[in-house]
Amino acid sequence: MIPELGQYALMLAFGVALIQGTMPLVGARTNDSLLMNMAAPAAVAQFAFVAVAFLALAECYVVSDFSVLNVYQNSNSTMPLIYRLTSVWGNHEGSMMLWVSILAFFGALVALFGNNLPAALKADALAVQAWIAAAFELFILTTSNPFLRIPNAPFEGQDLNPILQDPGLAFHPPMLYLGYVGFSITFSFAIAALLEGRIDAAWARWVRPWVLLAWMCLTLGIAGGSYWSYYELGWGGFWFWDPVENASLMPWLAGTALLHSAVVMEKREALKVWTILLAILAFSLSLIGTFLVRSGVLTSVHAFAVDPRRGVFILAILIAFIGGALSLYAWRAPLLKQGGLFAPISREGALVFNNLFLVTACATVLIGTLYPLALQALTGEKISVGPPFFDLTFGPLFVPLMIAMPFGPLLGWKRGDLLGAAQRLLAAALLAAVAVAATIAATQGGPVLAPFGVGVAVFIMAGAATDIIERTMVLRLPLRSVLSRAWGLPRSAWGTAFAHFGIGVTLLGIIGVTAWGSEHLAEVKPGQSLDIAHYRLTFDGTFNRIGPNYQDLVGHFTVHRGSELIGVLQPTRRTFPDRDDMATTEAALMTRGVSQIYVSIGDPNKDGSLPVRLYFKPQVLLIWLGAMFMFFGGALSLSDRRLRIGAPRPAKTKLAKPALQPAE
Amino acid sequence: MIAMRYLRVIALLAALFACAHSWAVEPDEVLPNPVLEARARAISKELRCMVCQNESIDESQAPLARDLRLLVRRRIVAGDSDQQIINFLVSRYGEFILLKPPLSWNTLTLWGAPPALLIFGALMIIVVERRRNAGRSASATADLTAEEEARLAQILHGDNAT
Repeated sequence: MIPELGQYALMLAFGVALIQGTMPLVGARTNDSLLMNMAAPAAVAQFAFVAVAFLALAECYVVSDFSVLNVYQNSNSTMPLIYRLTSVWGNHEGSMMLWVSILAFFGALVALFGNNLPAALKADALAVQAWIAAAFELFILTTSNPFLRIPNAPFEGQDLNPILQDPGLAFHPPMLYLGYVGFSITFSFAIAALLEGRIDAAWARWVRPWVLLAWMCLTLGIAGGSYWSYYELGWGGFWFWDPVENASLMPWLAGTALLHSAVVMEKREALKVWTILLAILAFSLSLIGTFLVRSGVLTSVHAFAVDPRRGVFILAILIAFIGGALSLYAWRAPLLKQGGLFAPISREGALVFNNLFLVTACATVLIGTLYPLALQALTGEKISVGPPFFDLTFGPLFVPLMIAMPFGPLLGWKRGDLLGAAQRLLAAALLAAVAVAATIAATQGGPVLAPFGVGVAVFIMAGAATDIIERTMVLRLPLRSVLSRAWGLPRSAWGTAFAHFGIGVTLLGIIGVTAWGSEHLAEVKPGQSLDIAHYRLTFDGTFNRIGPNYQDLVGHFTVHRGSELIGVLQPTRRTFPDRDDMATTEAALMTRGVSQIYVSIGDPNKDGSLPVRLYFKPQVLLIWLGAMFMFFGGALSLSDRRLRIGAPRPAKTKLAKPALQPAE
Repeated sequence: MIAMRYLRVIALLAALFACAHSWAVEPDEVLPNPVLEARARAISKELRCMVCQNESIDESQAPLARDLRLLVRRRIVAGDSDQQIINFLVSRYGEFILLKPPLSWNTLTLWGAPPALLIFGALMIIVVERRRNAGRSASATADLTAEEEARLAQILHGDNAT
């Protein structure tokens, strides 16, 4: 009954989406407010139906209803409740349900909180949103139905992939999807603006919170996935330039560019046409990511069994939406009038520089990811494009971006003073030089360029602080007035500073762990010790432990620094009997400051020795700490006064004035 | 588009199925001479595991990757240069094994695209900026209404304007 209810709700949602996708659109063209006003309640109904469908699926998992094929294949009654819940989206069908649910959720948010939007823009945007929802609902209903039943229900389900039985699954996919799908809102607004044939600074102001929100979630989602793979895969890699990772990095890069160009548009009415294009591209890249991962086009012999119907369907969605959007753009964008002028050396100029490099980096990732596929399709030749390619191309593109980053916020709008900005960054540059010298003095070995990388990271962090320090007059005014100035600064200024600071922090972490990380592979017997960095690990032996649906072989290590005992590490080999004794590696981590000691173990040898992989990962936590800074910066920006309460009023006054640019 | 790691994670799982006991570079593979071992690791990071999804043989858990790692080490011990080892593996498995594709006609677009895009983008910005400034300096001085501006454009540019 429950699964049927879910399926029925999903069908209803599809029906509502069709209405939501057509009527308001007609209304906006004929200026019929009745039809336009259908959009908002339809979007809310859409969300209600999709939510019912999603909850129905979740209920099937919670009660372990193995008469539902999807539950049977991906769950097991012995799994803890949390993993029964997360396995809702730990499979293809369920993850598409999550995708559509978040899409509908965002649509409902626009419907409920978009009262300050012009009626036609809101109607158009919600209609576009409905088309996306309809396409994916049809995809689920026809090719990926999670509610299919099995005639004779089995007693027990198969299981969730053991590697997915991890708290990472609870956090990582929803965050990532909030990011991907969040860009659908900006996409819808961009299409709506093109349909309307008009766009102004107010548009950027409505859209910017959505870009920020999507970007924040994507940042955290990517960082979360990176940390998950770091501890789960057993050798502590944090980024692999895997096509599936690239699929999430591309929307992030485009979204970061969009975030910055939208600022220019909001403040100076410039870069409008470009911002619209970026809004289309950011979501298009999310769709491409969906296609790459969901269609199985990237799969090797090992990965998901491929169902070509799904791939073709998603490809059709991809072509329809991206092709349609870009055609509309080519047709309507020339109608949009360009705004404010600016000199090359200015805040706007710096943001254009930022966009140029970010978009080129994004295109590089896209080309590197798709090139082997294209070459094989065209010539039949097989090549590999792996991490060495991306390190060589993406890296150099990011260096100028990083060096330029502290200058941006210090340049004035319209016409900036580069020399003045450089002078103001003198302290930051000196600090960076000191950091380079100190790093060279303190380390032996590692790549020659690494200390300079540390310098760049310090320059970014100090540069981000420079703007705030100057504006609050630290050291020049008494503490009380500094604090009141700090409180009075626009939150978006704080947001910029935190996010840029976070980039520096992440960079520092990446350089630290790649340049000075150390590794020790060995086979140990009880009583033997291993040395790494300043630490000595003694292997005391192994013991067994029984979990709810797994068995652990736990290695026991005591960690000493000098003669001081500082703790115990218990790396684990986890075996799942329900899965033909499939094993996962549960690494043990000990955090020392921002560095970590990382141990994982393999299956014991016949002679009783235990293979051990031991790593020292200096500054590794900074990688993810930096992402937290970025997220926090985004949140501060999101709470900025002009986005919180400033939006409605200027929007309305702007509407009254001829400042809103008509289509020509 | 399930989590970005799933595909890889599942590829790994499948590899685990294939060989539940092997596990990236294993302690018993490590060469006693640290200099030679470092060379082996560096070479391994450039070589693709042929049966895995985008993994180097240094990371891969598949038996084939282990064989290749051992092969690389045997060759190093036998005194081959890095390039000789890589050439040997390319002759055996094709360029598919190289994670960094060598520059050739086939990969010209791949390697050329990033700098070409950067230069193209920069030129586009300059051109658009020039054209816009030229167009603007004429009209932006006075505060004209949209109609006046349109008329002015018509007069200035003839038939091309709206």
